[in-house]
Amino acid sequence: MNSCMERLKNGIITENPTFVMMLGMCPTLAVTSSAVNGLGMGLSTTAVLIMSNMFISLLRKVIPDKVRIPAYIVIVASFVTVIQLLLKGFVPSLDKALGVYIPLIVVNCIILGRAEAYASKNSVLPSIFDGIGMGLGFTFGLTCIGICRELLGSGAIFGKTVIPESFHITFFVLAPGAFLVLAFLTAIQNKLKLPSATNVPGGDIACGGNCAECIGCSSVANKGLIEAERAAAKAAKAQAAKEAAEKAKAAKAAKAAAEKKED
Amino acid sequence: MGELFIIVISSMLVSNVVLSQFLGICPFLGVSKKVETAAGMGIAVTFVITIACAITYPVQYAILEPLGLDFLQTIAFILIIAALVQFVEMALKKFMPALHASLGVYLPLITTNCAVLGVAINNISDGYNFIESVVCGFFTAIGFLIAIVILAGIRERIDHNDVPNAFKGTPIVLVTASLMAIAFCGFAGLV
Repeated sequence: MNSCMERLKNGIITENPTFVMMLGMCPTLAVTSSAVNGLGMGLSTTAVLIMSNMFISLLRKVIPDKVRIPAYIVIVASFVTVIQLLLKGFVPSLDKALGVYIPLIVVNCIILGRAEAYASKNSVLPSIFDGIGMGLGFTFGLTCIGICRELLGSGAIFGKTVIPESFHITFFVLAPGAFLVLAFLTAIQNKLKLPSATNVPGGDIACGGNCAECIGCSSVANKGLIEAERAAAKAAKAQAAKEAAEKAKAAKAAKAAAEKKED
Repeated sequence: MGELFIIVISSMLVSNVVLSQFLGICPFLGVSKKVETAAGMGIAVTFVITIACAITYPVQYAILEPLGLDFLQTIAFILIIAALVQFVEMALKKFMPALHASLGVYLPLITTNCAVLGVAINNISDGYNFIESVVCGFFTAIGFLIAIVILAGIRERIDHNDVPNAFKGTPIVLVTASLMAIAFCGFAGLV
């Protein structure tokens, strides 16, 4: 049971997908114009994450290593379809608000990331709790950003107006506001030196295209290429350093010879 | 013709795929350090999105709908896109090795680029016909190319600027993206 609690804490705090790992940025920016939308998106993703983690963990010995990514994608896509139909049937307003971002849960890096990094290597129960933890961490992140944007942009918290209309800054509900709120949240993290993918020395955004570095991403196929590139760069650098050293040595020798001559 | 023109303008500028629809944020933030790599990524995305739109359209209307399998749309599309990316990579390797050498690194990243799946699904839900779908896909991708190249250009400049410590790295990139999004909001009056 201990390991399960540890998984929950890991997902919500230590490796919070939104604030620490910076995964799944598309829905984070797109659907957080209000707190309710953020919460809905977070919970849908959580549901998919729990189910997919459970099934991938159950099937981890059956799925051949070579086709594991397509297999994961099929599993995740099936659960996304289930969630999509459920939302359409029971919460049509949320379905309308989230729109195309529900089917796009399939390509959310968090889900494939957890499948690859955790569920494919661990037994069922911890995997389920990993899904719950990561999902709740994501929900927490989205809801936080949603509250910020809704409060500043339409003066409300969960749809209840708290600031009179003349003080609303509509900018924050629109697209540019999403980038700006996230920019300031990450800047605050950097300032406080909180653990985050963005303030690793010399690091870049964790997910951002740099997927080769992220163990849990479907583009692992790319890793060899990038590593080869990196090794080549390193070799070139070493070669350059060596040449420079040799040059310096030669120069020194020449200088010494010249001095000798002068003597 | 007029309608096509409206699709071109709105998909490329007014509802720019990155700056107003928030699709493909990961490569937008991650592969935009240098203009050349950004352009490479943009061209690869353009390539894949256009072909993906041309293939998902007949699949939806010739296979899924007649058989009443609409609900399989998400699964079918993502599998098509994943297979397509693999196929494009193999075809490029065989027939255009030079192009493959320059785009090869980016191709595997595109499977998880939500812009591809997003545009394919949007085309169906907007009820476009075949030509409109392909045109919309192509120009949406051009919109992505424009946005990522501009951001890369700005980031190359930012490297020489004195940015406050807390804003170094991702935050300043996000602020830049925000300002770009404001600029693109200006296109809203076009259509």
